Amino acid sequence: MSVHLSLNQQAENEVANFPPLLLKAERLATTVLLGEHGRRRSGLGDDFWQYRPAQSDDSRRLIDHRRSATSDVEYVREREWQIAQSIILWVDQGASMRWSSKSSLPRKIDEARLLALAIAILAIRGGERVGMPGNNLPPRREKHQIERIARALSFDAPKDYQPPDHNIMTSHARALFISDFFGDLSEIRQSITIATQRGVKGVLFQILDPEEETFPYRGRTIFDSIGGTIRHQTLKASELQSHYLDRLRERKEKLTDLVTATGWQIGMHRTSDNANVALLWLYHTLYGGRT
Amino acid sequence: MTILGGLGFTAPWLLLGLGALPILWFVLRAIPPAPIRRKFPGVALLLGLTDEDSVSDRTPWWLLLLRMLAVALMIVGFSGPTLNPKENVTYPNPLLILFDGSWANADQWKANLEFVSTEIETAGRASQPVAIVQLTHPEKPVFQTADAWQIRLSNLTPMPWLPTQIQINEFIQTLDTTQFDTLWISDSLNHAWRNTLLAALETYGQVRVLQSTSPLFGLTSAKFDSGIINVTVVRSQTVSEQEINVLAIGTDPTGTERILGAKTANFKQGDSNTQVNFDLPIELGNRITRFEIQTTRSAGAITLTDDNLRRREIVIVTVREEEGPELLSQNHYLERALSPSAEIFSGALLDLIPANPDVVILADVVTLTSNEETALTDWVKNGGTLLRFAGPRLAASNLSRVEEHPLMPVRLRAGGRRIGGTMSWGEPKKLSPFDITSPFFRLSIPDDVTVTTQVMAQPDPRLSERVITSLSDGTPLVTRKFIDQGQVILFHISANAEWSNLPLSGLFVKMLERLSISRPTKPPNPEDLESMTWSPNKILDGFGHLNDATNKPGVDGAKLISGYLGPDFFPGIYQHQERRIARNVLKAGDQLELTEWPSYIKVESPLDKPEISLGGLLLACAIAFLFIDVVATLALSGRLFIFKSANAVSILLALTLILTSKSVQASDNDELAMLATSELILAYVVTDNPEIDNQSKAGLMGLSKALFNRTSVEPGNPIGLNLEHDDLSFFPLLYWPITPTQPTPSAEAYLRLNAYLRSGGMIVFDTRDADIPATSLLTPNKKQLRNLTKLLDIPPLEPLLSDHVLTRTFYLLQDFPGRYISREIWVEAMPSSNAQQIDGITFHTLNDGVSPVIIGGNDWAGAWAVDNNGRPLLPISRGFAEPRQRELALRFGVNLVMYALTGNYKSDQVHIPALLDRLGLGQ
Repeated sequence: MSVHLSLNQQAENEVANFPPLLLKAERLATTVLLGEHGRRRSGLGDDFWQYRPAQSDDSRRLIDHRRSATSDVEYVREREWQIAQSIILWVDQGASMRWSSKSSLPRKIDEARLLALAIAILAIRGGERVGMPGNNLPPRREKHQIERIARALSFDAPKDYQPPDHNIMTSHARALFISDFFGDLSEIRQSITIATQRGVKGVLFQILDPEEETFPYRGRTIFDSIGGTIRHQTLKASELQSHYLDRLRERKEKLTDLVTATGWQIGMHRTSDNANVALLWLYHTLYGGRT
Repeated sequence: MTILGGLGFTAPWLLLGLGALPILWFVLRAIPPAPIRRKFPGVALLLGLTDEDSVSDRTPWWLLLLRMLAVALMIVGFSGPTLNPKENVTYPNPLLILFDGSWANADQWKANLEFVSTEIETAGRASQPVAIVQLTHPEKPVFQTADAWQIRLSNLTPMPWLPTQIQINEFIQTLDTTQFDTLWISDSLNHAWRNTLLAALETYGQVRVLQSTSPLFGLTSAKFDSGIINVTVVRSQTVSEQEINVLAIGTDPTGTERILGAKTANFKQGDSNTQVNFDLPIELGNRITRFEIQTTRSAGAITLTDDNLRRREIVIVTVREEEGPELLSQNHYLERALSPSAEIFSGALLDLIPANPDVVILADVVTLTSNEETALTDWVKNGGTLLRFAGPRLAASNLSRVEEHPLMPVRLRAGGRRIGGTMSWGEPKKLSPFDITSPFFRLSIPDDVTVTTQVMAQPDPRLSERVITSLSDGTPLVTRKFIDQGQVILFHISANAEWSNLPLSGLFVKMLERLSISRPTKPPNPEDLESMTWSPNKILDGFGHLNDATNKPGVDGAKLISGYLGPDFFPGIYQHQERRIARNVLKAGDQLELTEWPSYIKVESPLDKPEISLGGLLLACAIAFLFIDVVATLALSGRLFIFKSANAVSILLALTLILTSKSVQASDNDELAMLATSELILAYVVTDNPEIDNQSKAGLMGLSKALFNRTSVEPGNPIGLNLEHDDLSFFPLLYWPITPTQPTPSAEAYLRLNAYLRSGGMIVFDTRDADIPATSLLTPNKKQLRNLTKLLDIPPLEPLLSDHVLTRTFYLLQDFPGRYISREIWVEAMPSSNAQQIDGITFHTLNDGVSPVIIGGNDWAGAWAVDNNGRPLLPISRGFAEPRQRELALRFGVNLVMYALTGNYKSDQVHIPALLDRLGLGQ
């Protein structure tokens, strides 16, 4: 009971966060000017595209009689091709994301949620379908979807490093994985492989704290993971710096390799940097040049 | 106590712990600094990494050193190190503390008392009785508990004389058979009786000696030597060269004491005495009252001056005279007699009188204009001495013939008489021996002094009292009349040798000396002064303070010159009629010789630095080091700047605010004036003790509240005043608690205080010590009160009478309790002539003022004191009657303020019937 209660309470606390998050995300999203979303060719869609003379293989049903009646030729009303894309958002809600080196910096998870939600808002405004894997949130294009996503983003995962969820992965969707990617690399690789097999292409977006990239520590130190499951003790933290930075670079290279092999893209964002830049990059990577 | 290299240790074995320091060094080096725990998501990337170097970040050597130092300091600190350690003195026997107690001790008196105080304390801890004897005032030693003496210790003062052989003998005889050890506080001077007494004391037990090592200085009498004042400085040690400042001190025309001159005495190596010469203008020279050594505080370092140093200013009035041989001149002999010792001015009277000379001599001058006469009369009345000589003109004139002239001592018969000449019969007359009432008493009369011509005095009822010298046939030769403070003296002979050969004789000079007309050139002989009683005017105490000689006995003249100083003969200034003689502690030719103690006697010095326990200091250092270590460690491990810089800034700001708030509080006087005049405000004097100040404030607060509630006086919050720079004039009442350590206000502060008192202010002095039983002893607070009020303009006081206005200004009161219930309260004495009896009750109608001071010791502020909630702060001495006593204390306070505000209103006659009614005595 008490566990349930506390969980419920926690959830409520978290949910209480999401209107401001939503607001922030919307404000962030307004900074991106929506471009044209029509495919600019005829296809399935609602908007009128053109009338063309009916051809022999056209179904009779397609003949637009109002137009045809003005002339001798039978016309077919074509609509603009408006295939809605599905975007799958995955945000690492693991404990490792819930950290910032300074109180003046946002936590990584906050930045990740913000970006994810902003992308979701942009996508839905753009008529795309947005969903999340595994959270019973298949891609939809309703306004309510944003709220659902926001709610889904408000829950913290207990584990230190959360692997990407690849259970429900809509085929041929686009995917956005936001994480620090400190977790097990093989799981990430597996997820991406599975996703790629389903025809999903996307972006890996790594969010890091500045201190995670500089490792400015000295002296005898015990490093705890945020969840407390992993601990590493060193007598001279300053000597670990180069090793750590090497490993970080190695990890980034591996991620890049993985991405190039699968045709995905990888992005990087530091919590100390401006979220707008990250959002713009994400927006263009997800939609840009894909007309 | 073990002494190692000049330091004493109470627990020396602890020092062995220092040997463990190297081990500690290695241990500290081996133990890495405590790890910092950090949350770090990137820890996953660290897994599997190992430190290349298994040794942790070493603690830096300086930090290690700091820690080692801290530990070493702690070890040394706990081992009880003591600076200037003293050998333990055991007290197997009662302790006799023997003070020489002479002026030579005065300079070191305080140090001596401190030493003795600790000595008594240790004797007390060994539960040995103590006795204190001052050899300058010997008594039979009374062995009492250490505590009893501790209290009385501060009342010992050095005496301005040296113990005499007789006193020592008396003292030795008082000793009985009990064993005791002696601590002898020596004045370091050599005395003849020293060894006798030492031998006597050694039969009773051990003798230790406390003797100052600092050199002694003294001044012997000042002399005039051809217009220059010579002061001889003597010193006890002759080894090194030294420079000593000698000050000439006297009063300026307004009567305040000033330094009139300063000279440096240079002692060469081997000199035991040296001289300083003061060459001062006569005006200044005459003002000198004493010489003193600047740095030394003792009766021996002061020499008082008397008539010997006064060069009198004498005006000899000249009249037109025929040219003639000088030897026949009226003034020639006078000038010859007076010039060695006085300044002589001659000229017109009206020109010289404004210079206020000491003596005006009219030698056969008869005619004075009325202007001259009034000027001269006024001058005589103000203390001048008019010396007249007869002569042919006086004899021929009608001056003072029928009626006594104001400026003549007697009436004169016409013509005078002539005896023993060629045309007259009879022998030239000789002088008859001087009478005991005569100022010339005991002057020897040379055989060949004769008088041939003189003016004769009219017989008169008052003639005999005016005659101070007569001839062998009884006719007056010198007559004198006092006019107010001055005198007129007439020599019935001429001032030249025509009428008598007296002006040619040495007797004439001595007579002039005796009349204080000229200054004696030689110190007086004891024989000359014999059987005259000289009364003390000012006396010196052992410290060299000049005090008024109240109720000190007179001294025989012979003793004055050659007698020993003692309890019945203080050094000081002695007076007989017009003459003043100073008796100084050191006489001309006195030397200061140091005493030599036998080698087996242990001689300590009060200046031996007191034992200082270093333990606390070292431990404090250790803690400070550890604190630095904490900061340094934090800084090294990057944990120092937990506080944001903004916090640090605000902390700093707060600190500086706290520090500066004091100075801000000391607001300028304008603000104070605004505050004090906007409301009635009770004020107290800020002392050196913040606790007392708070109590005064709380007390006046309580009183203000009571006034507010009960009377139409509605005071504001009380204010503490700093006497040095605050204006007092706005406050009707100043409450001044006395603390023993209160610094004496500056001269300007006293000026302000006196102005305050004169302009109707009232100061309530509270010594807060009425709980200490009144014995003959002065409490430290009372002593300080005396010190503080010495320069205050305070009228004569009397204990508060039961009919004083203060008893009925608001409440009818007969007791004036504070926290204590002493009835000893002093107010300005009421002139008894003002007392009026009305229906059996005495009412005093004082002049309109309020008694400027009220002095008591009941700690009134303590009784009035309330906290912010109006609850009493301090308990009152009596438990059960407490509320009543507090109420009475408040009532007294109310009366006090009413008294300060309304003065003698309540003693006004108008209210008497009503008051009598209320007292139940009306009908």
